[in-house]
Amino acid sequence: MSSPAATYDLGKLHGGLRLPSNKMESTATPLQTIPVPDQLILPIAQHVGEPAHPIVGIGEKVLKGQLLAESYGSISAPIHAPSSGTVVAIEPWPVSRRQGDKAPCIIIECDGEDRALPAAEETVPFNTIEPDSLLRKILQGGIVGLGGAVFPTGQKLMQAATMPLEYLILNGVECEPYISCDDILMREQAAEVLGGAQILMHALGLNKCYVVIESDKPEAISAIGESMATLDDDRITLKQVPTIYPSGGEDQLVQLVTNREVPTGGLPTDVGCVVQNVGTCAAIWRWIVEGEPLISRVTTVTGPGLTTPMNITARIGTTVADVIAFAGGYTEHAKQLIIGGPLCGKSVTTDRVPLVKATNCILVLDETAGTAEERPCIRCGECALVCPIQLLPQQLFWYACSDNEARLRSYGLTDCIECGCCDLVCPSHIPLTASFRNAKARIQELADEKARAERARRRFESRNERLEIEKLARESELAQQKEDARNAGPAAIEEILKRQREKQDQDRES
Amino acid sequence: MEFERRDAPFIAPTSDVSSIMRHVLFALVPAALAYVWFFGSGFIFNLIVASLFCIAGESLMLRLRGKPVESTLMDYSALVTAALLAFAMPALTPWWVTATAALFATVVAKHLYGGLGYNLFNPAMVGYVVALVAFPMHMNLWTPPRLGDIDYHFMTIAETARYTITGTFPDYLSFDAISRATPLDVVKAGLNNMLTFSELRAYPIMGDFGGRGWEWIGNFTAIGGAWLLLKKIIRWQIPFGVLMGVLAPSSLMYIMDPGINPSPGFHLFTGGTILCAFFIATDPVSAATSDRGRLVYGFGIGFIIYAIREWGSYADGVAFAVLLMNMAVPAIDYLTMPRIVGHRLKKQGDR
Repeated sequence: MSSPAATYDLGKLHGGLRLPSNKMESTATPLQTIPVPDQLILPIAQHVGEPAHPIVGIGEKVLKGQLLAESYGSISAPIHAPSSGTVVAIEPWPVSRRQGDKAPCIIIECDGEDRALPAAEETVPFNTIEPDSLLRKILQGGIVGLGGAVFPTGQKLMQAATMPLEYLILNGVECEPYISCDDILMREQAAEVLGGAQILMHALGLNKCYVVIESDKPEAISAIGESMATLDDDRITLKQVPTIYPSGGEDQLVQLVTNREVPTGGLPTDVGCVVQNVGTCAAIWRWIVEGEPLISRVTTVTGPGLTTPMNITARIGTTVADVIAFAGGYTEHAKQLIIGGPLCGKSVTTDRVPLVKATNCILVLDETAGTAEERPCIRCGECALVCPIQLLPQQLFWYACSDNEARLRSYGLTDCIECGCCDLVCPSHIPLTASFRNAKARIQELADEKARAERARRRFESRNERLEIEKLARESELAQQKEDARNAGPAAIEEILKRQREKQDQDRES
Repeated sequence: MEFERRDAPFIAPTSDVSSIMRHVLFALVPAALAYVWFFGSGFIFNLIVASLFCIAGESLMLRLRGKPVESTLMDYSALVTAALLAFAMPALTPWWVTATAALFATVVAKHLYGGLGYNLFNPAMVGYVVALVAFPMHMNLWTPPRLGDIDYHFMTIAETARYTITGTFPDYLSFDAISRATPLDVVKAGLNNMLTFSELRAYPIMGDFGGRGWEWIGNFTAIGGAWLLLKKIIRWQIPFGVLMGVLAPSSLMYIMDPGINPSPGFHLFTGGTILCAFFIATDPVSAATSDRGRLVYGFGIGFIIYAIREWGSYADGVAFAVLLMNMAVPAIDYLTMPRIVGHRLKKQGDR
């Protein structure tokens, strides 16, 4: 059978790496669903932006799909109950975002009945809804980017709707090794993915959509292809791209598919593109068509430290320990737990952390990273060859070491996407990406400190100003009193002096 | 279960400095064999002396600087410097000349600049130039290659060892009896004496393109270089740049007047051009880093080699060419900075 997707005239991506994909292990078994656990842990910050505000009290009974915490601020997303049960606590719990340190979480004791909230309104065909109301509705579904960036989808679309747009790009590239959740999702839920794309095209008034899949996912390509044939929507085109890490980065994908560069500090919408992960699309479809908010996701559980790698559908809030127990548990070689992929993921200290909206992969490795001895940079330039942004990592590292902020900026530190390619090719085993991450944080810290100092300075100045005004007011009042007394004449002065004497006498007596 | 916290990425790097340096050393083996075949066992003695003193210099400086000695020596960079020095030295060199070069290379050119990765100049070339300036007589003692119809005296291993250790010849030999002008010297002097290049080409020391023997060493060096390219230890930009830097002006001049200008092939296959292109100029530490920068850097070296041979007073100019371009590296790097994706091309004076 010929592949339904052809490799089109692609834009060129600089650098990148062909990595061993290690995906076969987890795609060997079909998607499994984890039963609802006894306890669900829901961090109130599962997305980029402000944490959600809890609106439930301790002891309150909640139903599946019920709003637990509402969106707060201009960038935020609500959180819904993944199953029915009782809210038993709102307290700090280890979270993956903080590598196993604690952050506020809503904890639900599940009743095992999994009773859903009755639908508030009749679901209507999405194409009868006004695009504006559709966007607002998406905002309420708690949907965030499921590719790992977890930017609130509603707000991303609202921003996009204000720009002149040309393409909707569905990101099915999933280029990071080990991760296969999007692959499996496309194989098993192709119709939902494409349905989500149609909703998005309607909401944004677009009529061009590319579904982009890497060439190493023939099953996903044919599943999407078949579903496209059934759907018969000529606005949607399937594009196959070569398997190169990190072509799945949002800006990289835009460059690859449209040959347009996202300007520095800008967004894909600046070049007329909206990129959505395929999992996000399926989640949008489920919310708009079936009325189910984002309460579960597909996650890859894999790695040489696990007995049976697989892909699972789990309720948000299931702990990683529960997920790993479901997948047969650790092998004796398990050394390192990573939430996310081996290049962009975060290592966590404990498996008590819950699976959250961002968790696209739970990876258990059999060896500890970063044990190779670090040597000085020999300026071989391999890092610059593989950098997809065409940065000069060896120069950046030099400036990061000397904390040269001006140089770091002019050499594009803020453009670094932290893909980790440079680390992988460095013969001196220098932790380049980590040093860039730290340098970024330091620059941010300095900027914050500057802002704080500025605020303090302004407060101090306004206080001085206030004191000055008060002083002037007091002086003028005093002058006024003197003036009044002088005007009142000697009798009045005598009156005042008498009053003072009486007061002194009284003081003496008491 | 509890785990350790680490920084991403969690995939181990695939290459390391030691393996790169080992590859370079292996790639020099064919050239070394050819060198020994044509110029005798002196090369081996030079290599031993250079290695010993490079390691000694490196160890001493590492200890003084409070750096780990053993693990740093295991990066093999000192041995690469030693090997390049051995290639640069005449086959017959007393040990103190080589030792001076080796110590200067490691102690001054490498470690006083901060050690591997921080040296502005190619250590081997600094060492070579110091020896050339300090011991001009010894550094100009070149013997002819071992070929049947060339007038030469081939020294035995024992005689070579004695010369290396004491700097004295066997009683029946003398400096003048054993040293011969190199093909580069012959061509330079010949052209100055109004001979034509085609006349000089007829001399028995001349081979198909360059000097006889020399061109074979060049071939074997190129084999090693090609292997490094294949293994992606070096990239094509610098070798290509160096070769073009030599070939472009020499071809131009040869086309204009083949009588008084040596052919491009002669320039390519004589002296250190090929060794420089694949092994010396490609030292990453002292070279430019961007692709475009490396082309410019290589071309600059090639052109200076040609310029020194053509218009300078030295017969060959590899070491000077490399050191001069080393100086230009910061400027080249700055001017050839690649455009960052998503940034517009920077106009002059933007920064």
